[in-house]
Amino acid sequence: MARRTPLNDAHRALGARMVDFAGWDMPVQYTSVIAEHEAVRNHVGLFDVSHMGEVEFTGPGALETVNALISNDLARIADGQAVYAGLLNEQGGFVDDIVAYRFSPERILICVNASNRDKDFAWMKEHARGVTPVDRGDDFAQIAVQGPKAAGLVQRLTKTDTSKIGTYRFAEGEVAGVRAIISRTGYTGEDGFELYCAPGDAAALWNALLTEGQQDGVKACGLASRDSLRTEMKYALYGNDIDDTHTALEAGLGWIVKLDKAGFIGKDALVAQKAAGVKRKLVGFELTGAGIPRHGYPIHKDGKPVGEVTSGTMGPTVKKPIGIGYVPAELAAEGSTFDVEIRGRAVPAVVVKTPFHKKP
Amino acid sequence: MSDVNIPGNLKYTNEHEWARVDGNKVVVGITHHAQSTLGDVVYVELPKVGSSIDKGEAFGTVESVKAVSELYSPVTGKVVKVNDALTTAPETLNTDAYGAGWIVEIELSDTSQLSELLDATAYGDLLKNA
Repeated sequence: MARRTPLNDAHRALGARMVDFAGWDMPVQYTSVIAEHEAVRNHVGLFDVSHMGEVEFTGPGALETVNALISNDLARIADGQAVYAGLLNEQGGFVDDIVAYRFSPERILICVNASNRDKDFAWMKEHARGVTPVDRGDDFAQIAVQGPKAAGLVQRLTKTDTSKIGTYRFAEGEVAGVRAIISRTGYTGEDGFELYCAPGDAAALWNALLTEGQQDGVKACGLASRDSLRTEMKYALYGNDIDDTHTALEAGLGWIVKLDKAGFIGKDALVAQKAAGVKRKLVGFELTGAGIPRHGYPIHKDGKPVGEVTSGTMGPTVKKPIGIGYVPAELAAEGSTFDVEIRGRAVPAVVVKTPFHKKP
Repeated sequence: MSDVNIPGNLKYTNEHEWARVDGNKVVVGITHHAQSTLGDVVYVELPKVGSSIDKGEAFGTVESVKAVSELYSPVTGKVVKVNDALTTAPETLNTDAYGAGWIVEIELSDTSQLSELLDATAYGDLLKNA
């Protein structure tokens, strides 16, 4: 039996099509993927992301404990800021990609992928030296409010001055009378917030956002549009574009790896890989022939297999067949060409600058 | 349910294609239920006119933003027409699944195969029991 978020009834009442995602009964779409995608690009969309997990480190040494587990550096940010980071294995591959919130040096909250909740918590318990992690996954619901009208919508429902919450910053406050962590983060490429609240408050918050958002053209959005939005930004999806066998450098996520900070798991492997040169890279490409690239399709050069597509779709905003995939470093430069094998057909593709979607 | 739209004059397959029989030819498309399940169709791959296809064989694909679905032929025969308009307007499969969203026309090798297809009542039962 799939797990249900506190918003399950709300999704069903809206007529959502539900699917099993990582053991959770989640809305894949309500009306139309394209309409939901465009609502986020042009207006505002709401996503139930309560299936994501949370792990908390509290007490003296919390920051140092977490900093030894993640690839980014919590010492370089201030209280009230968050960082995107990897939990890496010894080889520099991903256990998961996460967001770490620094409330104070003695309180760090980590948001992890739904599909990796149990694995991550076990891994953190095993590797944490100092503060013991606490699984807070069942204590939080999470609603992502994304789109150019997200800030206006959230502001009308809170006394917190959201203009003071910059990108990757957060504050604690009340939204629609509900205690929430108001985090200016997201996975769509648009401005917006992720609101963490108690599970019992989630329905009230969701309904308040839907009602107040009417004037903004708000739409409830499912996992399908979440995926097409992030693909247009070339944001990595764990299990598709990043996993335990591809390193953070290969994934093009060197910017979340601080090789100059004190030891963290995976650092030695990445230092060595950087010195030796990265042999394969995650690139964004467009098909120049007919078709749509999809996860798992082979990438060929001159008839020989050289890589694999990790994500792909017909981008609803860019209106092109776009893909992400690993290729040898010599094929990674913008303008490089190769073929994607689609049902036995070699379809030409060209590496392009990413994100695919650029804000007007 | 908006999924229940099953014209009585058509035949159906278990894989949610419809077939409109006209003499020794059948026009084939996907059902309202199929397009609704797929979501927004963004790409259609059509067979070549003149190609031979077997009943149950995959003859093309329909792709939504999220997923790829094979099209299975309800009958054995030769492709005599394809709906090229779907190449530039694949969304027609969503807006008019039983009309302008037709996919191919097949000339039958054996008209007796038609009796193996589902009628509207049987297809309706299939959806109810799904």
